Amino acid sequence: MTGRDLVFALLGVVAVGAGLLVVTTRQLVHAALWLVVSFGALAGCYLVLTAEFVAWVQVLIYVGAVVVLLLFGIMLTRAPVGPSDELDSGNRWAALGVAAGTAALLVTVLVMGFRGTRLNDAPRCAAGASCPARANGSAEHLGEAVFRTWVLPFEVLSVLLLAALVGAIVLSRTDLPTPLRKGR
Amino acid sequence: MHLAFPLVTAALLFAAGVYGVLARRNAILVLMSVELMLNAVNLNLVAFDVHLRDRLHGGQVLTLFTIVIAAAEVGLGLAIVLLVFRNRQMIDVDRLRTLAEEPDPEAAGPDAAEPAAEREGAK
Repeated sequence: MTGRDLVFALLGVVAVGAGLLVVTTRQLVHAALWLVVSFGALAGCYLVLTAEFVAWVQVLIYVGAVVVLLLFGIMLTRAPVGPSDELDSGNRWAALGVAAGTAALLVTVLVMGFRGTRLNDAPRCAAGASCPARANGSAEHLGEAVFRTWVLPFEVLSVLLLAALVGAIVLSRTDLPTPLRKGR
Repeated sequence: MHLAFPLVTAALLFAAGVYGVLARRNAILVLMSVELMLNAVNLNLVAFDVHLRDRLHGGQVLTLFTIVIAAAEVGLGLAIVLLVFRNRQMIDVDRLRTLAEEPDPEAAGPDAAEPAAEREGAK
């Protein structure tokens, strides 16, 4: 077990443990804060996997934006601040069974399918040519990939984001004329 | 490093997300669990992109797209949750039964009265 394995295993344990605390804690605000720990550990996992640009985007968008948005939602819905037993519904044992079944199935299939496969992430370089100094997932490589190969999905995604933002604004407006609001 | 490390981590995170979606009652906690599941998928995408040494970086670019879509999803989802809270003063997903399908009109006596009472209370 190399040092890289050890770092990844530790980060993975932190990510999974914080994820389990997100879904089991009895304080709503603590769930959002454990989500920060889980996403941060996942960003560390991406760094170990040499996907550095994805790691920084993960920190920026998930830790920076999504968790803050969720905390705003907790604040605006006047959620209970202290520990509360109301957060779990009555079907938690059925949910536990389904989740355990999912975990057992996925782990069994993945371990049986990829047992002994080593991650071959050495930079691919032709014989005699000089290998690139940067890792595969640097901002330079990903920027080239996005704006050369995947530029059409990128533009479609920007339109989707615009539509989602317009939808969120329309949903949260209160000063719309009455015919739009009559159905409620 | 063995490929099984990221894959098992992702599978366990996904299972935690499944448990959260099914067992949590608060709608914001359900949204958090959905985020956990999306992150598990992202970890798989990055691991296979690195493993297959994709020249086009399809896996990592798709991870970026998934992150953007997750941000849009959580924004829209929170807008819907806030709208529900404004109308009902609560966001417990198992008490929002207005759209529930009643199996039998006669058998659903006490349950059927509850949504109507909630609707009156919201007005």
